[in-house]
Formats: sequence, C-alpha cells, structure tokens
Amino acid sequence: MHDNKANRLRKEILIRTARAFFTEEPNDTLNRIPLQMRPKGGEASRCCIYKDRAVLKYRCMAALGFGVESETDELKPVSDYYEEALAREKPVEPLLTVIDVACSACVTTRYRATDACRGCLARSCESVCPKDAIEFYKGQARLNPEKCVNCGLCMKACPYHAIIRIPIPCEEACPVGAITKDENTGREVIDHEKCIYCGKCLRECPFAAITDLSQMVDVLNATRTGKAVAMLAPSIAGQLPGTLPQLFTALKQLGFSDVVEVAEGADKTALHEGAEWAEKIAEGERFMTTSCCPAYIESVDKHLPEMAPFVSDTPTPMAYTAADVREKNPAAITVFIGPCLAKRREAARNPDVDYVLTFEELGAMLVGAAIDVLECEETPITATAHREGRGFAASGGVTEAVKVVAPGNAALQPIQVDGIDWKTMVQMRTWATKSCPGNFVEVMSCAGGCLAGPGTISAPRVAKKQLNDLQEKSPSLQG
Amino acid sequence: MKKINVSICTGTTCYLMGGAHLLTFDEVLDPVTAEHVEISGAHCLGLCGSEAHGKAPFVKVDDHIIADATLMKVLDKVRDLMPEED
Ligand code: FES
Repeated sequence: MHDNKANRLRKEILIRTARAFFTEEPNDTLNRIPLQMRPKGGEASRCCIYKDRAVLKYRCMAALGFGVESETDELKPVSDYYEEALAREKPVEPLLTVIDVACSACVTTRYRATDACRGCLARSCESVCPKDAIEFYKGQARLNPEKCVNCGLCMKACPYHAIIRIPIPCEEACPVGAITKDENTGREVIDHEKCIYCGKCLRECPFAAITDLSQMVDVLNATRTGKAVAMLAPSIAGQLPGTLPQLFTALKQLGFSDVVEVAEGADKTALHEGAEWAEKIAEGERFMTTSCCPAYIESVDKHLPEMAPFVSDTPTPMAYTAADVREKNPAAITVFIGPCLAKRREAARNPDVDYVLTFEELGAMLVGAAIDVLECEETPITATAHREGRGFAASGGVTEAVKVVAPGNAALQPIQVDGIDWKTMVQMRTWATKSCPGNFVEVMSCAGGCLAGPGTISAPRVAKKQLNDLQEKSPSLQG
Repeated sequence: MKKINVSICTGTTCYLMGGAHLLTFDEVLDPVTAEHVEISGAHCLGLCGSEAHGKAPFVKVDDHIIADATLMKVLDKVRDLMPEED
C-alpha cells in the first residue's frame, strides 16, 4: 500500500478504534474520535472542522463494519454502531463503499488549458476540436465543459503542452469499469455487480473516500472467547517488525489461541495444482490458470466467463489451511490475516473461514492493545512451511512452486499476468477464446503479487527482501 | 568522517504508520549525501505513547526528532546537517 497522508489517516482511524476496544469506556472513547482528531480551533482539511468530523464519523463506522448507506439516523452515535458490531454473529457482507461526503467529486471534464497557453496564432487546438469546445478568454484558450467530449485531440495538438489531462484516480485504477460518477451528485458510485474487490480504487483515491467494511471489531471480540485461530498469509514477511516467532507471541498476547501459517496450505496448493496441470494437459487442455487470487476469480465470474473452464480447481492456500484448522478443532473461530480485500469474498463463500483481516487491521489491533512485536519473546514454530509455499506471496512464486513439483515439468510453458488492468483483461479474453502463448498462466490481481496488496503495511521492496530471506531458510518440497 | 545518523523507528506503531516505507530511505539518497549518512532501524523510541510528541512515524536524525516523518522531511533534515562543501 502507498504511504501517504490519506493512507495514514485510514490507519489512524483503525488504531483509535482498536484502542477504544481495550479501554474501560469504549463507547465514550469511540464517540470522541472525530472530536479528538479535529479539535476546536485546530486545522481543517476540508471546509471546516465540522465537515471533517462528519467524514471522520463515517470512517469510524467503516472501521466498525458499517457503510454510509447503512446510516438511518444522522444522530446515531458511533457507540451504537459499536454495540451492534459486538452483537452481530456473522461478519458483514464484504463491500467496497464510497464515503460520499469525502468524495471530492473530481471534475468530469478531464482536459484543461493551463497558463502555459500563449494564445498563439496557429490555434491548432481550435482547429482540431470536433465539438467547437475551445474558447478564448483574455487571449488564452479555455475548454467549454458543456461541449468538451474528452477526446484529447487538443492536448495532442498544442505545441506548448498547455493542455493537460486530469484523471479521475479511482476510475483510472479500476480494471473493470465498476466505479463511475453519479450524474446528479458528481460523486463516485461502485457497481457491486461489476466490482472485483481488487482494492485498486481504495488505494488510489487521494481523498481516502473509498473504504472497505472492516471485521476488526468482530475479531477483537472473538479473541475474548479463547477460540480464535490466526491464519497468517505467506505475504506476512516484512509486514510487521521483528521475526515471525516474535509475531506468533504477539498474536497469542492479543488473544489468539493458536497461530498457523497459510504457507503450509500453499504447499498443498502447489502439489495439487502441479498434478492437476499435468493431468489437464495430458487430457488435451490448451492451458490452465492459477486459482489462488480471489480478485482474479471475481473477474472471471463477473467479466471473463470464457476463462472459467481454464481455471484450476485446486483449493486455495487459505481453503486448505482453514480446512485443516477446522478438522483439528471444529470449534475454532478461523481468522485469515492477509494483504487482500477480495479474500473477504472468498471467505464469504467458504464456511471454514470465519473472518478476514488485513495486515493493516492486525497492526492496528496490536497498537491498540499496546503490544510491540519487537519486544516480544520468540515462540518456536513447530510446523514446517516450505520455500515454495512461502513463495506464493510474490508474483512468479506460484509458477516457481509448480515448476518444482509438477510431474513432467519440462513441458511447462509458464506465462504471467502480473497485475490485472484493462489491458490484461483484454489479453486474457483472447487467450481463452483464441490462443494462449503458454500452457500455465499465473494470474495476480496486484502487480508484484500479494506483497503489494491493498492491505499491506510495508513497501514491496522491503517485504520482498524479507520474503527471500525467509524462503532461503525454509526447506524445499523437492527435499 | 563523522556520519549523520538516521535512526528509523521500527516499533510497531511507527512501522505501521509509515516507518516500513521509510526503510527505503537509502533509495532517495544521491551518492554524495549517501556518503555522509548512516541508516539504522530502532526499537520504539518511546515517543508514540503521548500525543505531545506529534504523530508516528518518528525518525531521529542525530539528535533531532522528526514526527509524522516522510522520506522528504528526513532528507531535508539530513541536508541541513550536511557539512558545507569545501
Ligand atoms: S513505535 Fe516509534 S516511538 Fe514508539
């Protein structure tokens, strides 16, 4: 995830919410968050502190798992939502939502003439414009928004580069056109029929107006039962300070009864997927794609039905891990902790997984509980996750793992989709309907893989290094 | 040559709030500045507990504390402390 003020603000809300949970008076503490963050006489980031506070309240609601649309009464305090969150038995339906009052309604006219305009004699902008949208005011070009159709010809024509294109960051980021403007309000709306939960809009919005509905309070509540089991995704490497054995201790202190690594499940996925691939190719299939990325699976379901027959049937690392935990301990409350928002969708379909947290949410819980991983003792890790399973965290990792385990792997012709965007969506459709240049396709919604996911804390480069170190120390499935 | 010490807090609060990204500080250094700088990670500096110190993440550049640190804020401080060229 990027490190910028918008993202830091989101994390601050999560920390304050988690901290409130551990206080004597959580209700009062929660209700005061907006006031504390925007005290009287302090600076406002929008028009005034009151608007800021209203937005902050919605952010607190999202941290408790409530979208703006679930507001029925504006006077309902944050503490009421908190009580409801504690009382609910199931996590909320996973959704990305827009905090409409935070959305700045970025301009629809995407082209604008700047001061660099010299009002030249040639006026090529005027001559190329098919809609007669260029007007001159005090000797400089202006685009009439009523007429402009965003074709961009004027920008290309201007010899001074005086016309610029202003993107709408969330819309640019969405690979499937699921986020668009409401004509009346100018604010963005997410079409849930199209949304693949990749989290790219949330990451790119400079106003932090897009948010997911957190299950953090549900999990905090579950840790008090003594039955919650943490399942750490392979991309945990480098997401928190300290060593993995220290983090195990921190999680136990937080109240998890047990901690398991999803990398073990990934080992199983690798073995099974390798065998499945060999079988399918032997049966004459053209190619097979991976199935572990849930945003990719959502894309196939909603936008690429042609691809469905080529997707591997192998269970995901999360599915293997959760099934294993359940088998050993049927009463366990299973909590997947990872970098991913779309995993919440996968979890909603898998009865073995109760909750999904992001690394950011886990970090906020630790800070809220005043647990510093760096100061924890090490808990020896008894289970063995292999190098290959750990490798699932980065792009190329699944391919690497399958290469190692697939029988007849000499025939493996791997190709990768390292990041789902408009272009790769088109490319994948061609592979499914016409021909595919490889016979094994690894698809990752996030460029770089899970360690660059929307719920990560670390910079991908830092995380990658730690992942490599951890892989070096782990045994290989090859023996 | 005495180096300028850049100590990036990697206590859990700072790490979460952006410290993890500050660990890429070496990437924003030009070769000349890099010569003068020594980068290290630090355990909790004890500043995150009270709002009086400002917001996490914290970085210490020699004796100067930078709150709500960003790569650019840290770089500016380092440049301030660089010895005049001769
Ligand atoms: S974690 Fe950095 S000052 Fe405490």
